[in-house]
Amino acid sequence: MLMAGIGFVLLPEFERSQLSECSSSTVAMLMEFPLEFHRFEDYFGTCSEVAIKDNVVVVYEVLEEMLDNGFPLATESNILKELIRPPTILRTVVNTITGSTNVGDHLPTGQLSVVPWRRTGVRYANNEAYFDVVEEIDAIIDKSGSTVFAEIQGVIDACVKLTGMPDLTLSFTNPRLLDDVSFHPCVRFKRWESERILSFIPPDGNFRLLSYHVSSQNLVAIPVYVKHNITFRDGSSMGRFEITVGPKQTMGKMVEGTVVTSQLPKVVLNMNLTSTQGNYTFDPVTKILSWDIGKINPQKLPSLKGSMSLQAGTPKPDENPNINIQFKIQQLAISGLKVNRLDMYGEKYKPFKGIKYMTKAGKFQVRT
Amino acid sequence: MKPMQRLLQLPVSAVNLIKPLCQEETKSPVLTSEGGQQNWYNAVQPDELKLLKASPEPEHQGEEPTEPGQTQPIRHDDLKEMLDSNKDSLKLEAMKRIVAMIARGKNASELFPAVVKNVACKNIEVKKLVYVYLVRYAEEQQDLALLSISTFQRGLKDPNQLIRASALRVLSSIRVTIIVPIMMLAIKEAASDMSPYVRKTAAHAIPKLYSLDQDQKDQLIEVIEKLLADKTTLVAGSVVMAFEEVCPERIDLIHKNYRKLCNLLIDVEEWGQVVIINMLTRYARTQFLNPNQNESLLEENPEKAFYGSDEEESKQGEMDAAVLPKRKPYVMDPDHRLLLRNTKPLLQSRNAAVVMAVAQLYFHLAPKAEVGVIAKALVRLLRSHSEVQFVVLQNVASMSIKRRGMFEPHLKSFYIRSTDPTQIKVLKLEVLTNLASETNISTILREFQTYIKSQDKDFVAATIQAIGRCATNIDEVRDTCLNGLVQLLSNRDELVVAESVVVIKKLLQMQPSQHSDIIRHMAKLIDNIMVPMARASILWLIGEYCEHVPTIAPDVLRKMAKSFTNEEDIVKLQITNLAAKLYLTNSKQTKLLTQYVLNLAKYDQNYDIRDRARFIRQLIVPTEKSGVLSKYAKKLFLAQKPAPVLESSFKDRDHFQLGSLSHLLNSKAGGYQELPDWPESAPDPSVRNVEVSEWTKPIGREKRKEKVEKPFYSDSEGESEPTESADSQSPTASESESMSEIESESGSENDEESDEETKSDKERKKKAGKEKSKKQDESEDSGQSEGEEKTVKKHKEEEESSSSSSSSSEESSSESSSSESESEGDSELDTGKKSRKTLSTAKPPPRPLETKQKEISLLDLDDFSSPTTFQSSPSPNTLPKSLNLDLQGLTLTDTTLLSEVSSPLLGGVKTYELLHRITGEGLSVEYYFNRRPFSPDHTMVSVQMQFTNNSEMEFRNLRIAEPKLQSGMRLQGFKEIAILQPGEVTADTLGIDFCDSTQAANFQLCSQTRQFYMSIQPPVGELMMPVFMTENTFKKEQEQLLNPSAGKLMGMNEIKEKLTLPEKCRSDQAIVQKVLSTANLGRVPCGLDNEYRFAARTISGGALVLVTLVTKEGGAAQLTINCEKMVIGTMMVKDIMQALTQ
Repeated sequence: MLMAGIGFVLLPEFERSQLSECSSSTVAMLMEFPLEFHRFEDYFGTCSEVAIKDNVVVVYEVLEEMLDNGFPLATESNILKELIRPPTILRTVVNTITGSTNVGDHLPTGQLSVVPWRRTGVRYANNEAYFDVVEEIDAIIDKSGSTVFAEIQGVIDACVKLTGMPDLTLSFTNPRLLDDVSFHPCVRFKRWESERILSFIPPDGNFRLLSYHVSSQNLVAIPVYVKHNITFRDGSSMGRFEITVGPKQTMGKMVEGTVVTSQLPKVVLNMNLTSTQGNYTFDPVTKILSWDIGKINPQKLPSLKGSMSLQAGTPKPDENPNINIQFKIQQLAISGLKVNRLDMYGEKYKPFKGIKYMTKAGKFQVRT
Repeated sequence: MKPMQRLLQLPVSAVNLIKPLCQEETKSPVLTSEGGQQNWYNAVQPDELKLLKASPEPEHQGEEPTEPGQTQPIRHDDLKEMLDSNKDSLKLEAMKRIVAMIARGKNASELFPAVVKNVACKNIEVKKLVYVYLVRYAEEQQDLALLSISTFQRGLKDPNQLIRASALRVLSSIRVTIIVPIMMLAIKEAASDMSPYVRKTAAHAIPKLYSLDQDQKDQLIEVIEKLLADKTTLVAGSVVMAFEEVCPERIDLIHKNYRKLCNLLIDVEEWGQVVIINMLTRYARTQFLNPNQNESLLEENPEKAFYGSDEEESKQGEMDAAVLPKRKPYVMDPDHRLLLRNTKPLLQSRNAAVVMAVAQLYFHLAPKAEVGVIAKALVRLLRSHSEVQFVVLQNVASMSIKRRGMFEPHLKSFYIRSTDPTQIKVLKLEVLTNLASETNISTILREFQTYIKSQDKDFVAATIQAIGRCATNIDEVRDTCLNGLVQLLSNRDELVVAESVVVIKKLLQMQPSQHSDIIRHMAKLIDNIMVPMARASILWLIGEYCEHVPTIAPDVLRKMAKSFTNEEDIVKLQITNLAAKLYLTNSKQTKLLTQYVLNLAKYDQNYDIRDRARFIRQLIVPTEKSGVLSKYAKKLFLAQKPAPVLESSFKDRDHFQLGSLSHLLNSKAGGYQELPDWPESAPDPSVRNVEVSEWTKPIGREKRKEKVEKPFYSDSEGESEPTESADSQSPTASESESMSEIESESGSENDEESDEETKSDKERKKKAGKEKSKKQDESEDSGQSEGEEKTVKKHKEEEESSSSSSSSSEESSSESSSSESESEGDSELDTGKKSRKTLSTAKPPPRPLETKQKEISLLDLDDFSSPTTFQSSPSPNTLPKSLNLDLQGLTLTDTTLLSEVSSPLLGGVKTYELLHRITGEGLSVEYYFNRRPFSPDHTMVSVQMQFTNNSEMEFRNLRIAEPKLQSGMRLQGFKEIAILQPGEVTADTLGIDFCDSTQAANFQLCSQTRQFYMSIQPPVGELMMPVFMTENTFKKEQEQLLNPSAGKLMGMNEIKEKLTLPEKCRSDQAIVQKVLSTANLGRVPCGLDNEYRFAARTISGGALVLVTLVTKEGGAAQLTINCEKMVIGTMMVKDIMQALTQ
């Protein structure tokens, strides 16, 4: 949707720049660069078509800095923000009064330094650094409930608001878990190679420090299970539908934000279900069933039962619908990854440090 | 040339001239043409109005589309008025609305004259928007666009680098042919700008100019060549991009920069990395040998057997066998290795494009055993957005054919989810099929089984084909697959059945005899299956194997003859085929039927079918006319047909460079650069040798190695420090150069420099006078930078008055110095290690076990040392008074950086023992002079101390106390070391102002319990810092020292000494190395072969020390030292003599 939005607004300009240059740049680059447009989220809060339309001038100004003749010029958000300051209500007011502009008139210092991701002269009254360890479980569960494929992908997102030029080190109690990692450019690769410590001068604000993959040799704990009984009968215009979701291997944590979705076959006309917990919706046009459960109570398992009305006279579908599940578990990294300590060097003050763990379902699919 | 001159003479106050001109223009019929207005007006959409509502003037005229002619001018007057007003805010508002118009695809070209006036506007946002407008419309209104040129030309001279850069950017984006010469000039000038950012912009401008005027190629190549030699990371990516656009065939330009590019790569910004890696892939393919040339024969053959036909195989085998004995054992070129090693860490990049680029580089260049490393990273990318996923899977599919083993462990990552888009599913399937082998086929087939049930029918069809391919490739599962497919024949979905039939047909062809029941089963299906391709396949099968089903075949023909007229063309052709085959085998039963079918076919609408019917009739029905051919009809129709080869559509796609658009499309896209084949024999690798920009030649290789060993970032800090401090210095320098006088000076200097560079390039090509010319260049540079230093000092006052520039310079300086002090820890340790190593090789190690232990602990130390150095260096932010000092420091570091890198490698760094471990009761202290400025105070000599705890207990509170110094000497200690654990090693820096004397500095080192007396006596050579000067300055300074009356210097001193050089140190290198290791001097270029000159200044007094060494034949030499300080001069002579004659 984002791409479509931008395409819609900026197409006249775009045909000149990025897309006609295919020959010299690689396809991966072409595909990757538009992803940089999430920068606009930094600017406008959300990145919707409306936001872009409303701020079309800022978009132009930013694009002008991001691209030169179709070649990416500066994509580091800190640099862009120094060149073109994000529009805020306060700044608009100040600008109208003082006549100053949103456009910086000096080359951002980051552009020339070896730490282009960090602005100089950052000041905060409260110095804080928050790290979110978020792990996603990608899994395919068999009809019988056995795991066909499961892996854990994790990221560490950081929100660092520290004065000056802090130098942080973050160490894990069990770094061997991490099989494949990709870093924000600020992370010193050598330290990681030799000591398995993340050492870095952080960018200012929000950024993704690290994304990792937990080695597939480890057995992945699957925190939920699904009991399902979906049948279509030949000849009859009714089918039965029954799902129960329950927690397993959650290390004593609560499974929250559970949503079950399923794409039902085209022959299903409508569904008449009752749920013990949460609400369900069925869209008869797209044939998508969505059941919002919320927290799973281990004592009283949520279930959804009922009948489906099928199109008369059509044969029953070959395949039962797949079930996709989303859930969240707070304060748990399912791989067992744990941050040991965070130290800061280079600045005198004592920062406030916080680390949060979370496990989510990634592409979690149950075949039925 | 004429238009250009005219433009150059455009007065600066052109803006004033524009006004009357514009009024004229607005009246001119061209601009107020009806068509344009209409256009613009009709295009107004309700959306647009929303945006325009904010404007002060009521804009709702747009809703009355009946009177376009009247409303139009009002709006334009309004915008024009706003643009003409004095208030920036109004101008800004107008420009914003205009840009919004452009964004909506509306024509705003009528406003050109009004807008172009504002190009000189002071408000930077207005300016920016005007630039946006200009770039969009300048091509349409070339004459008017010329009015803006003078503003850009002024902008190119602006002291603010951002303005210089953006002026160049817009100037080069304006596609007006007439200004090509101006652009060329601007690019050339910007290419030698102080600011790397401007140079980067220059690199970006090159392809723009090239696309505008291809005739400029030769000149542009010169600029590219110059920019390629640039050492800053900022420029590297952009210039390679320009290179790829303008002259990708000039691979010779890369030779000299190859190693530099490899080493810089890690610090280049992401997009630049992508371009560089791709270029280096091509480069490496032309310059190095195929690392797999020998293995390929042995290992790839079994894989080929799956795909390649036997004949090909055997032929190739013979050929290879013939070639094999001729080949020498393969040794990888160190440069090839360098590239592979330096790109590897980039697999960890967060940018998918970079990872993809490295992956393709490894695939195309790495030895087979090493390619595997990319698999993990590629699998990681599969988590990315579906567009990226698509590209990555395409490439994985190509790779997995050649190198199956690589992705086998990740097989499950390619399992398909029902939520994947179809094209992703199909690609994943492709990869799974490529990965199938005897061992994993059962899991893959089980997985396929679930796919077949999918609701996505295209995907099911692809799955069936995949099963077919697995069955052909892996003999063991052929029957299982076939049975499975036969079961699918009873599937309810016709598409599935049809696809199965097609695949079964191909499979049966391989071993038909055993499968007559399957054929019979399929014959029954003909009534139900309506898909033409499937029907045709069944008919073909029955016809081909009619001998296995003698009873059914005629019956099928009978049915088909009935429905012949309603069939699709492809089926009709197969019916005639079937008829012909049956006629030949079973003419008794089918003669009439065949005749009937042929008659039907004869009058068919499709000429192919009529043609076929005629052809078949002639062949099979014997008449008098029919010739020899009919005798062979049976052979013709019932010949053994070779089984089809089911192969991947990705086979051989890898002759396109992976990751390229051409690879994605599987056809050559415009601008694609072919990936050349490996050369038979490697071209001369020496072309990549660069005369080392440091003092002596042999360092080159060692240094390169050292750099390589330090991967990614932590080292890059130490390594790229030169670039960084140079960078952060340049804004200050350029800002201080606000006076045009100076600027022109520097400009001409630059020109000279570039001339010389090109000259020396030529010389290099001739391979004559190599070293000299380079050195001259180099010193020219350094001389210049010294000049800069001076100007900085001169304009100090100015700077301080203009607050903005000074504050920014302060910022940058503080930044650089802080990061510098940080990196110091690292690099010092490095040098420490190195010196230790050199020591241990020089003397037989007294305690080999212990030294080993020390080295290990040294490595660990890394962790702890950086915080301590941090603390010890006072934060530059707290020293605002020392702005000027900082500036000096900056330039100083700049000049000494070169030495910093190379001096430890000269092998001349001696480590002195300060405290033996026995007297120190386990604590040993060593020190050496690290020859870098002591950052808190530049009049002090920096002494690197290293504390080692060899005892069992820990030492606490190590600190310096009670310095007993000669008058005038000062000492700045390090911060107290709180605790030194047993076995631990800590390093720190001590600053001592020796007052240019070699008197020892005495002090005490106190621990918690003990005090140790220590004394540091500096060798005279360490009391100075190198000074870079040109030959002329050197001579001038020497004059002055000799004739005190002429200059203002007080003393006059020249000490001459004759000496005889021993045999082994007569070479250039040896002499230079010996001298430089004895004293911290800077080499001064010299025109004569037999003369060596060095210069330095004493650290605390700043007195010049000039050293001249003239060698004569037979090893005789004369050493001359000029220095106003007698003692230093005499001692220097002694030391250098000793060093040279030893």
